[in-house]
Amino acid sequence: MNFFIVSLIKAALIAFVLLTLCAYLVWIERKLLAHIQLRPGPYRVGPHGLLQPLSDLIKLVAKEGILPATSNKFFFLLAPFLAVFIALLSIAVIPFGPEVEIFGYRTQMGLANINVSLLFILAISSLGVYGIAVGGWSSNSKYSLLGGLRSSAQMISYELPMAMAIAAPLLLVNTLNFRQIVAAQEGFYFGFLPRWSVFHAPFPQIFSFVLFLVAAFAETNRVPFDLPEAESELVAGFHTEYSSVMFASFFTAEYCNIVTACCVATLLFLGGWQPLWPAAYGSDFVPTVIFLGAAAVAFFHSTQPLRFWDKFSYPVVGLICLIAAGVFQVPFLKPILVPLFWFVAKAGLLIFTFIWIRGTLPRFRYDQLMRFAWTFMFPLAVLNLLVTGLLVALE
Amino acid sequence: MDGMLFLTCAVIAVACAINLVVQTHPIASAISLVGVMVSLAVLYLMLGGEFIAMAQLIVYAGAIMVLFVFVIMLLNAGRERMYKRPVWATAAGVPALFGFLGIMAWFISQRIPATTTVQFGQWMGGDARSVGRALFTTYLLPFEITSVLILIAIVGAIVLAQKELD
Repeated sequence: MNFFIVSLIKAALIAFVLLTLCAYLVWIERKLLAHIQLRPGPYRVGPHGLLQPLSDLIKLVAKEGILPATSNKFFFLLAPFLAVFIALLSIAVIPFGPEVEIFGYRTQMGLANINVSLLFILAISSLGVYGIAVGGWSSNSKYSLLGGLRSSAQMISYELPMAMAIAAPLLLVNTLNFRQIVAAQEGFYFGFLPRWSVFHAPFPQIFSFVLFLVAAFAETNRVPFDLPEAESELVAGFHTEYSSVMFASFFTAEYCNIVTACCVATLLFLGGWQPLWPAAYGSDFVPTVIFLGAAAVAFFHSTQPLRFWDKFSYPVVGLICLIAAGVFQVPFLKPILVPLFWFVAKAGLLIFTFIWIRGTLPRFRYDQLMRFAWTFMFPLAVLNLLVTGLLVALE
Repeated sequence: MDGMLFLTCAVIAVACAINLVVQTHPIASAISLVGVMVSLAVLYLMLGGEFIAMAQLIVYAGAIMVLFVFVIMLLNAGRERMYKRPVWATAAGVPALFGFLGIMAWFISQRIPATTTVQFGQWMGGDARSVGRALFTTYLLPFEITSVLILIAIVGAIVLAQKELD
C-alpha cells in the first residue's frame, strides 16, 4: 500500500513539474530566439515576461474550440488527446537521480524502474506519430493532411537511424535498464575524465550521440526538420484546424517530447546524474558556486541601479540565489539535490541546443530530408554500430 | 489485481477486434487494430515476455500500422458501402458462428489439460538477454533463414517497383 501512495505522489509531482516546465519552455524558447535575433522578447506580462505562459494558458483555455464542419468529429477530438497522452507516458520510465532516503523512506527518483525502459521509450515514441497523423487526416483539410503525411513518413524514416544510434552505446553497457545504464557509466579515467558513453575509451560514442540528437530533432518535428508544420507551405501543417485547448495539447506534446528526448540522451550518452569530475575535486560545490556567483552579480548591480526599482529587485534576486546556494549544502538535502542538479544541467544544455538550432538553421526541403535520412544517416549509423561491435568483441 | 488487469486488457482487445470488423471506415479499422496490438502487448508483459511486448509495440503498433495508416491516408480511401444482407444469411450465420466458437472452445479444452493454469509473474525467461541468447544458440538457423527470406522479399519489392517505374 505504501508503494502505491508514494507512486501516486511521485506521479503527481512529476506531471506537475513536467507540465510547468513545458509551459516555461515556451517562454525560454521565445526569450532565447528573441535574444538570438537581438530583440527583447516577451516583456510585458510580469517581470521579464515571466507570467507570459500563464497568460497564454488563460488565453488558450478561454478561446472558442472550433470543430470544422467537414471533419471526422471523433478522430478530430481523439488526436490531441492521443498526442498528449503518449507524450506524457514516456516520462514515467525516466530516472532523475539515484536511490534516495526521504524521512527514512528509501525510494528511487523517477517513477517506474523496468528492465526494458529504453525499449519502452522507443515503443511509446513510435506510437506518438498517431496523434499527428490522425489529427492531420481527420481535419479534412489539404494542409493538415499533407502535414500528417509528411510527419508519418519522416518519423518512420528517422526511427531507424535513431534505433541504430542507440544500439551502439548499448553494446558498451550491456543492459536496457536506465539505472543500470547510468551505473555502468560511473567512475573516471585517470581520475578525472568521466566514463560516460561519449568519452568511452576504445571508441568514444560521439558519433552515435550526434546521430541520436539529429534523429531526435526529426522525431520531435523541430527545426530544421519541421516540415510537418512548415508555415510557409502548409499554414500550420497538421494542427491548422485546431484551436483552443486542442491546439495547446499538441503544443504540450511537442515540448514533452523534446524534454524526453533530451533526458534519454543525457542518460544514454552523458552519464545521467554522474558529475563531470570526481566529488573529491569538489564537484558537489558546483551548484553552490554558480548560485553564489549569480547572487554576487545581482548584489553588484543593485549598487549601480540603472532604473529606480533596480535598488529593490536586484537584492531580492540575490537573496533568492543565496538561499538556493545554501540549500545545496544542507546535509540531508545534498544527496538528493546534487545528482538532480547534474541531471537537469545536462538535459537543460541539450534543450538549449534544440532552441539554439531553431534560431540558427533554415528548414530542409522535403526530398533533402528523406535523402539525408536514408543515404547519409542510416549508413553512418550502421557503420558506427559495426565498428563499435568489432571493438567490443576485440576488447 | 493480475486477474483484473488481464480481464480489462482481454476485453479491450476483443472489443477492438470486433470494432475492426464492424467499422466501415478504413482509418477507424486501422486504429482499432492498433488498440488490439497495444492490449496484446500488455498481455505479453503480464505473462513475463517483456522484450516481446516491447517488440510488439515497436514493430506492429509503431511501424507496420503507421505504414497502414499512411497508405490509407495517401490513397484517401473513403467509407465502405454496406450492402443489406438477406434475412436467411443472418438466420444461418449467427447459429453457425456460435456453433463454430463452441467447437473451438471444446477442442481447446480437450487439448490443454485443466490442471495447468497460467500463473502471472512465474515465468522469468522473457528479458532481452534470454531472448537474444535463445535466438543466437537454439534457434540460430531459423533466425538466419528468416533474415535471408526478408532480404529476398526486399529485393523482390524493389524489382517489382522498378518494373512499375519503367
